Amino acid sequence: MNAPLNVLVAAAETTSELPHVGPATGMASLAWLLFVLPAAGALVLFVAGRAANKWGHWLGVLTVVASFALGLAIFLETVGLPAEERTREISLFDWIAVAGLHVDFGLRLDPLSLTFVLLITGVGSLIHIYSTGYMGHDPGRRRFFAQLNLFVAAMLVLVLGNNFVMLYLGWEGVGLASYLLIGFYQDRPSAATAAKKAFLMNRVGDVGLAIAIFLLWTNLGTVQYTEVFENIGTLDAGVLIAITVLLLLGACGKSGQFPLQAWLPDAMEGPTPVSALIHAATMVTAGVYLIARTHPIYDLTTTGRLVVALVGVVTLLIGAIIGCAYDDIKKVLAYSTVSQIGYMFLAVGLGPAGYALGIFHLLTHGFFKAGLFLGAGSVMHAMNDDVDMRRYGGLARYMPITFITFGLGYLALIGFPFLSGYFSKDAIIEAAFAEPGWQGWAFGGAATLAAGLTAFYMTRLVLMTFFGEKRWEKLKSADGRDYHPHESPISMTAPMIVLALGSIGAGFLLSNGHVLIDWLAPSLGELEEHAAGGALPHEIVPWIVVGFSALGVLIALLVVGGRPTPVERPEPVSLPVRAARRDLYANAINEALIARPGVWLSRALVYVDNRGVDGVVNGTAAMLGGSSGRLRRLQTGFVRSYALSMLGGTVLVVAALLAVRFA
Amino acid sequence: MSPTYYLLLSALLFAIGAVGVLVRRNAIVVFMCIELMLNAVNLTLVTFSRINGQLDGQVMAFFVMVVAAAEVVVGLAIIMSIFRTRRTASVDDANLLKY
Repeated sequence: MNAPLNVLVAAAETTSELPHVGPATGMASLAWLLFVLPAAGALVLFVAGRAANKWGHWLGVLTVVASFALGLAIFLETVGLPAEERTREISLFDWIAVAGLHVDFGLRLDPLSLTFVLLITGVGSLIHIYSTGYMGHDPGRRRFFAQLNLFVAAMLVLVLGNNFVMLYLGWEGVGLASYLLIGFYQDRPSAATAAKKAFLMNRVGDVGLAIAIFLLWTNLGTVQYTEVFENIGTLDAGVLIAITVLLLLGACGKSGQFPLQAWLPDAMEGPTPVSALIHAATMVTAGVYLIARTHPIYDLTTTGRLVVALVGVVTLLIGAIIGCAYDDIKKVLAYSTVSQIGYMFLAVGLGPAGYALGIFHLLTHGFFKAGLFLGAGSVMHAMNDDVDMRRYGGLARYMPITFITFGLGYLALIGFPFLSGYFSKDAIIEAAFAEPGWQGWAFGGAATLAAGLTAFYMTRLVLMTFFGEKRWEKLKSADGRDYHPHESPISMTAPMIVLALGSIGAGFLLSNGHVLIDWLAPSLGELEEHAAGGALPHEIVPWIVVGFSALGVLIALLVVGGRPTPVERPEPVSLPVRAARRDLYANAINEALIARPGVWLSRALVYVDNRGVDGVVNGTAAMLGGSSGRLRRLQTGFVRSYALSMLGGTVLVVAALLAVRFA
Repeated sequence: MSPTYYLLLSALLFAIGAVGVLVRRNAIVVFMCIELMLNAVNLTLVTFSRINGQLDGQVMAFFVMVVAAAEVVVGLAIIMSIFRTRRTASVDDANLLKY
């Protein structure tokens, strides 16, 4: 049993050199402030109550911006160090010390965690600023900022922790914040349901993560990253694969990957800034972070990596296909997120050839997808919070800044040459094609096809929103108001402009001269160059990908742009469209495979409980009650009858004794 | 004289006592029958003590006597109080404690 598995596990000696870990000095010793600031902000806003209604949102912005400034200072300080000294740890206090379990509340500052710190606090700051405009008139504004601050704090704990238990703490923290924010409009039943759905599906993944941590602890006796990674080579192949698959389950839950993808589109019930920050740029990429962070484990097992890549490929196709069919602008973007995170999973599933590429795409995606969501929020803001693209049309003239920033994000996402997405997505597809054997063709082909689909659905979205007939002129929104599209205030457009600049420049700046890849090398190991013998040489891949994307754009222009868009959804539609509109039956499958059998099981258990368990208990009681009701007739109250029964009993006992004695 | 006779006598006394307890209604008589049974047992104990040449049985008989004396005191007191309240000494009339 073990022999074939052992073949799959590379010898432990071949793992990448683990970085030297030094103590943190200078600015880095203040790293605890990174997450304490937003946490304190959240606490103040929660506790102060209505007293903070007036200034609460500015406090929320301030803590995150301060956190960003500190993160930037630590980053600049770290850049000044030689590469081998960039991994540093701070131990804040003993968190858990029980018998053999010892957990430090410690921070790990290395290029990977600092990259995430900058992404989280940077995009977080922009979205906090945007929210001051977007949520300006909302009665729950203070609560919103408190929960958003809580999210930033938890996410920073997740990426800064130097052990798996802190990762888990942050993991659950962001899950809680996500739940609260999806259900922010508590009075809407759909929002409450979506929040519960997200929470429950995340639990499925979290159980996997928890068991993986248990396995690591029982086998290695530690949860500290450094100690785990040093000793991971001593584990059995089977245990190793189990750990990787369970970690992947956790990652799938958090990142909306197949088969746990169905919660993410529903999560769009939350306010749009939440969708941009949590469900596009940061939290949903935590799964990619988890796999990149634990890469010394994945390095050892090709099987584990193959599973990751397969999950990524399946998800990126699912997301792209469903994205083509939705009319809800936020859900299209949500499925686009699912699909793009699929690319990241594919990248980290490729192993040392892809870890850094996954993080690269994560960063560029963080820019342009957050920008797209903020743009969508700006459009909704202008259109009485309507999300149905069939009611939009011709908005480009009314909101030029939104149109331009959204357009740049759109071009970056579809991989328009020399914008962000072009560099990061193409690099992943090239690496996929460079895989040997069937994997190269399957992974690369699926990723290319999905790139074409991405171009199609995003072009469709832009055409339906910003071009064509002004369908809203003849319509009223659900609350009976006319539409008066207008450009959003500066607090909303400014973050969109910054993110649009990121969409243009991030890809080139980060990939030029391998800046990002070299920076991440101490954390993720050197990026392996494409080996010869892949499916397609990497020189021609960009042409094919750009060709597919152009084809997608062209088809969208012809199909969507070439004829008027009906305001009502056309029915009936062809089978694939119907399937895509119903999420490729993901919810139906979940319901049929898990929810219904669960209901049946619980009904059966209720039946067994009522009839079986209760029956035994009640039956015993009834039997005892009935028999004692009869037996008590023996208590006649006549002393002489008692005496007779005593005599009879004595005679019986004596007779029995004699019988035993003389038999 | 063979000890068997003593045993037979005690068995006879015990049987008389047992029958008396079962058939008589007067509490005083029942009580005396119980005493009869106890003394039959005492006689058995003493006889076996003699047969085995050990004093254990005789010691035991003293214990029974002591217990019997105590029992008589308590028992007679109970019979007295029942008689005072119910004006009867019949054990069949004192049948309130039942199902």
